[in-house]
Amino acid sequence: MTAYNTIAFDPSRCELCNDCNACMTACSQIKAGTDDLLHSRIKIVAGFNGNPPELALCRQCGDPECTKSCPSTALTKNPETGLIDWDESLCIDCLLCTVGCTYGGITYNAELKHVAKCDHCDGDPACVKACPSGALTYITSASIFNEQHEREDLFVPGLSACQGCNSEMIMRHSLRKVGPDTVLATPPGCIPGMGSVGFNGTTGTKVPVFHPLLTNTASMLAGVKKQYNRMGRNVTAMALAGDGGAGDVGFQSLSGAAERNDQILFICVDNEGYMNTGMQASGSTSYGSWTTTTPVGTEMKGKRTSQKNLAMIMMNHNCEYVATASTAFVEDYYEKLDKALAASERGFAYLHIYSPCPTGWRFPSSQTIEVCRKGVETNFAPLWEYERGGELRFTHSIDNPLPVEAYLNLSGKYRHVSKEQLAHIQEQVNERVKSLKRFAGLN
Amino acid sequence: MNTTHYLIAGASHAGLEAVHRIRLVDETSPITLVTRDAHAPYSPTILPYVVSGQSAPERVVLRKADYFTQHNVTLISDNELVAINENDRVASLKSGDQWQYEKLLLATGADPIIPPIPGLSETPFHVLRTMQHAIDLREHAGKAKRAVVLGAGLIGMHGAENLRHAGLDVTIVEMCDQVLPGYFDPRAASVIETAFNDNGIHMVMGSRVVKVESQDNGCRITLENGNSLEADLLLVATGVKPQLDYLKGTSVQVDQGVLVDRNMRTDAPNIWAAGDVAQAADFYGEDKVMMGILPDAVTQGAIAAMDMAEDHALAPYVGGVPINTYTFFGQQAISVGQCMADAQLEELTRTDDDNQRYLKILLKDNRLHGISSINEEMDAGIMWQLILRKIDLTPVKDAFIARPLETGRALMSSTWR
Repeated sequence: MTAYNTIAFDPSRCELCNDCNACMTACSQIKAGTDDLLHSRIKIVAGFNGNPPELALCRQCGDPECTKSCPSTALTKNPETGLIDWDESLCIDCLLCTVGCTYGGITYNAELKHVAKCDHCDGDPACVKACPSGALTYITSASIFNEQHEREDLFVPGLSACQGCNSEMIMRHSLRKVGPDTVLATPPGCIPGMGSVGFNGTTGTKVPVFHPLLTNTASMLAGVKKQYNRMGRNVTAMALAGDGGAGDVGFQSLSGAAERNDQILFICVDNEGYMNTGMQASGSTSYGSWTTTTPVGTEMKGKRTSQKNLAMIMMNHNCEYVATASTAFVEDYYEKLDKALAASERGFAYLHIYSPCPTGWRFPSSQTIEVCRKGVETNFAPLWEYERGGELRFTHSIDNPLPVEAYLNLSGKYRHVSKEQLAHIQEQVNERVKSLKRFAGLN
Repeated sequence: MNTTHYLIAGASHAGLEAVHRIRLVDETSPITLVTRDAHAPYSPTILPYVVSGQSAPERVVLRKADYFTQHNVTLISDNELVAINENDRVASLKSGDQWQYEKLLLATGADPIIPPIPGLSETPFHVLRTMQHAIDLREHAGKAKRAVVLGAGLIGMHGAENLRHAGLDVTIVEMCDQVLPGYFDPRAASVIETAFNDNGIHMVMGSRVVKVESQDNGCRITLENGNSLEADLLLVATGVKPQLDYLKGTSVQVDQGVLVDRNMRTDAPNIWAAGDVAQAADFYGEDKVMMGILPDAVTQGAIAAMDMAEDHALAPYVGGVPINTYTFFGQQAISVGQCMADAQLEELTRTDDDNQRYLKILLKDNRLHGISSINEEMDAGIMWQLILRKIDLTPVKDAFIARPLETGRALMSSTWR
């Protein structure tokens, strides 16, 4: 199976340019040598009631309906490129393909007297090059699936995570990649809570797994790893801990292991609070967030203090490898996981993964990845990595971020946020980026 | 006796989509596909273009032979289903072969209706439903000069236009007062009729043929008003209906076609039906209807196959919506959903006679019920979804009426993202 390229669209970036039409003009130019937008095969249409713009474009569907409705075989799915190819010499202009398409991706062009559709400009789409805001990007889809789908998922099916749970995605992706020669520690939190560590005498994990106390995850894991080393077995000592188990209650053992540079792969799944016990605030909970211990009332308006930046704290331990990651950028995460795994052979590797929680943060379960994405794109959750002795390096551009509202507006936990609070959060985001830039040798 | 897990009778859009859907979830169970055609699978919709020569028969093959080998499908051509023993799950073919099946899909399509006109059965005439019909008609058209087409439905209209392109003098005789009844309203139909007249096709509307006589090199057709037409090529295109003789002795219930439920199951165990042979739920009413359109055959084939293969993603059939995209002499007529207003519907029309453009929107409780247009840019698939999903247009009604294309695109885009 091949990974296909696709044109991705980010409406919130498109919105920034206010009907610039650059993509449509570029398309009309390259396809028909004119600025007449009639010839554009990509159509940006205005959103309703102030919503971001919408898109009509051939999606090069995996199981396309247009080809099924085509009686002349003029439309075919190309297994090499993934494109829906259109052969003019076969087309009878019956327009039945337009019945199959629900995306407005293939429409009759009265001047051409034929249907017209996007063909990705032979792998170099003019619209993407013309887009000034980065709203259109030309990306490879399904590459992770193509690389990883044959590896075994080392958690059992049927774990009882909430619908849309980001942590479940993180743990399944991570352990699948790290592989079976692993001993896993999961301190109290959502990850053991959903059944991975076991119930009724069985386990939800297909590698040896244990359930340390919140306080001693890293120290137990350090001991386990040392014993395996003594036995001469190369085993990855891996932790999947929440932000509480890593940064609050579990911090002294974490800090100790990092300081000793023990050979551990420590993954912190940061959902900004104690979500499985009823959504209490943690040290990771961001300023202004509603939680059950930082309620919203006449006096209190969510959390009054700022979140601590655990990833930066870990970087300052000067351990082998520290990185932040997000499930909206899985390719980036996989690269970091490879590096962290290699680093954990040498010493302490720490990955901090932002993990928005639909249940605790109050957003629809279908929006998990969108919240993750906006976290990164607003610089609320910047993606970077650090290797011992080197400089911090951003792995996703921090330039031209979206305003932080684009992220906050998605979650109910920020619903009450006032103008003043919003300004404060934006300022914090800017400050954090500034400080990270210093470590990156920028400024 | 031969055995197969899935037996599919018919190898056009419904049957082929069923094969595709089954193989998405069941890679191994044997599939046997029986078609009465000797030609490789093709679409009936392409046939008028084979007649005109625009489409070559060997270039419109929907699935090549290696597709069937790759997907472990046994294709039996030039044979057909003649009887079913539903208790033993055995299907008998014309060749005498018998096939034991676990699940049977009837996707045998429909055959031309031959009207009971005196003299017709003694006169040579053409119909247009199979590739062989198209090849025969094309060969004859090359030698003919004057063609008469009985019926101004889709096959008759497409057939007439393509005979005209092939250089014949063409006359259409239609019983109704308008062309393409049921698909387009009288106003849209009159635009189409005008285009046919302008392109030299004689339109004889609201007229019944009372007699057909064979003559040297052709025939004479007598109309009820006493006028007569002479032709050296006669195409009968007065509709289609399924041939269901093979169902004798089964408990499959039939009306105009094979009656099916929303999973395309017939009343007999282990037998499904889809496409032109099936009579399934109507989107607008309680009665089951014959749809007879290509996209619906694909949908029905998919649903039947998903039920047969026990695909959990199955969503029951929401009912047929009439859809037509009709191109004629370089113009386009599109109709999605109902085309005629009734007392409950809000009707909005816009005409631009100079540019021969026409648009009609039918709404009920601010939800789209039907939209039809002539020479307007239109995304038929989006309009179909707006109808099927009963999307409330109240917040965008003015925008939708002013700019249905852009508004439809924005609505669908916001729905799926």
